[in-house]
Order: sequence, then C-alpha cells, then structure tokens
Amino acid sequence: MRLSSKTTTLLALAALIALAPLFFPSSYYFRVGSLIFVNGLAVTGLVVLTGYAGQISLGHAGFVGIGAYACALAPVHLGLNPIAAAVVGAALSGGIAWLVGRPILRLKGYYLAVASLGFGALVSMVLANEAQVTGGPDGMTVPDPGLRALLKSAGLDLSNSAFWYAFSGIVLVIGAWLALNLYHSPTGRALRALHGSEVAARTVGVDVAGFKLRAFVISAFYASLSGSLLALQNKFITPDVAGYMHSIELVTMTVLGGAGSVLGAICGAMILTTLPQVLTVFQEYEQVMLGLVMMLVMIFMRDGLLPSLSRKIRGRGK
Amino acid sequence: MPELMQFLLSGVTVGAVYALVALGFTIIYNASDVVNFAQGEFVMLGGMFTVFAFEAGLPLPLAALLAIIATAAIGVALNKLAIEPARGAPVVSLIIITIGASILIRGLTQIAFDKQLHRFPAFSGDAPIQIVGATMLPQSLWVIAGALAIFVGLWLFFTRTLTGRAVLATANNRIAAQLVGINTKYVMTLSFALSAAIGALAGVLVTPITLTGYDIGIALALKGFAAAMLGGMGNPKGALVGGLLLGVIEALTAGYLSSQYKDAAAFVIILAVLFAMPQGLFGRQSTDRV
Repeated sequence: MRLSSKTTTLLALAALIALAPLFFPSSYYFRVGSLIFVNGLAVTGLVVLTGYAGQISLGHAGFVGIGAYACALAPVHLGLNPIAAAVVGAALSGGIAWLVGRPILRLKGYYLAVASLGFGALVSMVLANEAQVTGGPDGMTVPDPGLRALLKSAGLDLSNSAFWYAFSGIVLVIGAWLALNLYHSPTGRALRALHGSEVAARTVGVDVAGFKLRAFVISAFYASLSGSLLALQNKFITPDVAGYMHSIELVTMTVLGGAGSVLGAICGAMILTTLPQVLTVFQEYEQVMLGLVMMLVMIFMRDGLLPSLSRKIRGRGK
Repeated sequence: MPELMQFLLSGVTVGAVYALVALGFTIIYNASDVVNFAQGEFVMLGGMFTVFAFEAGLPLPLAALLAIIATAAIGVALNKLAIEPARGAPVVSLIIITIGASILIRGLTQIAFDKQLHRFPAFSGDAPIQIVGATMLPQSLWVIAGALAIFVGLWLFFTRTLTGRAVLATANNRIAAQLVGINTKYVMTLSFALSAAIGALAGVLVTPITLTGYDIGIALALKGFAAAMLGGMGNPKGALVGGLLLGVIEALTAGYLSSQYKDAAAFVIILAVLFAMPQGLFGRQSTDRV
C-alpha cells in the first residue's frame, strides 16, 4: 500500500514529536521542544497565507499578541477558563483579520508588506502603552488552565514541561493536519490558483478577494492560538510577542524551511527556534550567525531548505 | 503659535532624515526592484564609523568622508554578494535576504565596536537659535540643508548627466535599457553605492542630535520604508514628501495627542492613504500584463 504524501507527512511529524523525548537528557529540552511547536503552529498558518495564497504579512505577531493577551485578560475580566479564553482570542483575531484584511489585501507585494507591518505595529503599541489594562512593557501573568491537575487526578502525572510539550505537540499535529487537508480542498486549489496568477484565477471564476481574505483569517487563527499556547505555558506574557521582530521571525521561519510545505515550514521553525539556544555559547556572534543563515538559505535555496534538499535527493535517485 | 512652530521645526528635522532614508529605498528599488531593509543600517554605519574615526584623532570632516566612503563600499558589497546572486527571487525571499543583511551588519557592528550610544560634537555648536518664538539646534539646520542639497544634487544628476539618465532608463525598463547598451549591472552597483552613501550622510548629520548605536537602524528603516510607501515607491518626490509628512505628523501627534502613540499616528495615516490610494501619494498606476 502506498501512503499519500499527506499521511506520510503527518506520521513523520507525529513520530518525531513522540519519539524525540526518548533522547532528552533534561526538562530543558521539553521546553525548547514546546517552543518549537508554538512557533510551528503560527508558521503553519503562514504557509496557508504565504505558501498557498502567495500573500505577505509582516504583522502576524499582532495576532500572536491578541491570542496571548486574551489568555491573560479574559480570565480576569470575564471569568473564563484560560482554554476558553484562547478560543475567544482566536475568534477575536479572526474577526479583526476579517475587518483589516478587506482593505489591506487589495494591496500587492511591498505595499501589502508595509500595511500589515503597520497593523502589527499598532497592536504591539496598544499592548505596550495601555498599561492599566495590559500591564504595559512589564507584561502580566497568565492563570493556569488546570489541565495538568485534571490529568493528574486521572492518574497521569506529567512534569510541567513534559505536559506542555505533549499538549502543544498535539495541537501542532492537528493544525498541520487541517492545513494539509486545506491544500487539496477546493479552497486550497483556489488559493494556489490565485498565487499563480490572480488574473487567470479570476478568469476561471475564482473570487480572488474572498479567498485571499479567507487565507488571511485562517492564518490569523493559527497565529492567535500559537500566542495563547505560548502565554499558557510561560504563565507570563510581555508585549514583545506582538513586536515587529517576532513577525519577521515567523515569516523567516516559514520561508527558510519552505513556504510551500507545512513540514518544511515547521523545520524552519525548529531551526530558528533552536539556533539561538545553541548559540548562547557564542552570544556575541548570535546575530551574525542568524543573519548569515537567513541570507545564505534564501540566496542558494530559493524554495526553502526542505523543498530544495528533497528535490536534490530525488534528482540523484533518478 | 510658538508651540506649533516648535513642533513643526522638530517634525521637519526628523522628517528630513526619514526622507533621506526613503530616498535610499527609492534609488535601490528603482534600479533593482528590491526594497533594501538594511537601509537603516547604512545610517547607523555612517554615524558609527564617524564616531570611531573621530575618536581615533581624525578631524571631523575627514572622519565623516571616510565613513561615507566605507558605507558606500559596504553597499556595493551587499549588492555583489547578496542581491545579484538572488536576481529574480520572489519578493518574500528578497525581504528576508535584506533583513538578514541588516541583522548581520548589526551583529558585526556590535562586535567590531560596542553596544553603547555615541555622539560627536555638533558642526556649529550647541547654542540654540530662536525662530519665531521656537528654539532650534543649529545642527537641525545642517540636517535640513543637507537633505535639501542631496535632493537638488540628485535631481541634477538624474536629469543632466548621461549616467543619471541611464539609471532612470534602467528603472523604467530594464530590458529596453540593456538593448540600448546600458550596463545595467553597473547601474545597480552605482545605485547601491549612492543609496548607502546617502544613508551614511544622513547618519553623519543626525548623530549629534539623536546619537547613534548599533541598533538604531531598525526603527529608521521602518519609518523610511513607510515614508517611501506613503509617497509612492520608486518616486524621489514621493520620498521627500512622504518623509517630511511622516516627521511632521509624528511631531504633531507627540505634541498635541500622546507621545506614546506618535508612531501609531504615522502608521494610521499610512494605512489610510494606502486604502484610498493603493499606489501611495505619487505612485504610478500600474497595470498587469497578462
């Protein structure tokens, strides 16, 4: 039996997440792992927006910020459980993406880049400046959703970092599964068609504006949930998550790994999340290395790391 | 009234710097269709090189000249090593390459120099001048005059010299320019050198007022990029108007509304302008060829 590429991708991802802890010497690795999954989730959303639909966003950290602060604020002001707050945050992000996306997505290329950048900058400014609500640059604490205690009472006692590793890993696999399904759905085909040529897509009856907006809203959901996950596991949040640099990091992860493929983008998230951890030894050179990696991969492997490598390997096989 | 005058003056000073950064974006964009996010780093390098050459004992004008030449060389290197090999790559990849370059330059600066803020003395003293009840540093006049001189000089260059017209021709249609014998590779190199030199000069002019440090480039690049888009990408006039407008809006917001939200005002205006005019204030109406 031959497995579809979707199934193989998902199986590979799930196996990797499940087996990696066997080689973890300390709980610190669980922590890095769950960070990778958190970034991987946001990046999967960007695959839909950038990889499928070909649209750029330099402001997605804005949605990450909304998701993160929803988990901190909704429990205090609305009395919601933090998990429910994450859902509310995602809905809010989706709503805002829908409102903002309508005018923004009419723009193309660099104009779209600067408009989305402006949106992200506005969100992070509000989070940093409205100190009486958000705690300002000092950040604020996020309540525990009580899931781990629930598991414990059911007889499964995980350490804090192991629990969040497993939880974000499961969320990531579900997110990747949905994104891969989308690829082969009519919506996915429409998105890829308008990526290829908007005019051609319009000629065959694709509602270009509507589908772009759909991709933008979907990617906002992903970014928002990633922010919520980050807030929940850190139990603390600062406006930095919504900052320009975080937006850039997310886009870089996506394109570095390969914007066209979910697995590639998650690889990108893995590389750029672990790189600073590995490089703490050479703290002085961290920025130099990061900049070099970004430039070299983009110059020599235009489609991103994973697609370029797999093409090379396949080419040799023939 | 003196209050308004004060805000306008400080807005124009900052706006002149934004305009120069936006002009740098414009020149490179015209020659190569690349938006160079390392543009802010050129401003930073201009300031930093001058500081260290000056502290090493060189007279200030010589230090500034050396800094501008060194930065232009770095601009050329960026073009040869990163932009030319990536010719034809999609917009996202080019954005990441130049952002990567900006991170790399920032990292190298921090290793080669340090993480402190620096300044060198203002060109003609620090005694404030009174203008219609508002006070102004003499250095601000240098910034504004410098920006004007560059814009006039470039206008002459682009309209009166053969090389300048070759650059314009390349911006207009690369293939047609090649067909009439213009060396477009040389034009690109020249554009990067020019743009880096303008950035460095802006850095030299503004450092006595705003100080310089390895990480001042990001904010400048964002503002300059926004100013260039506001005016309409690829249009030098747009860069000038966009930069000044952005500086004045920021100063007025900081003065009358809230200094915390001065950056927000700029982005709100940009979003508003782009919604109404998707090509910016002076941008060309583009039509897609199918």
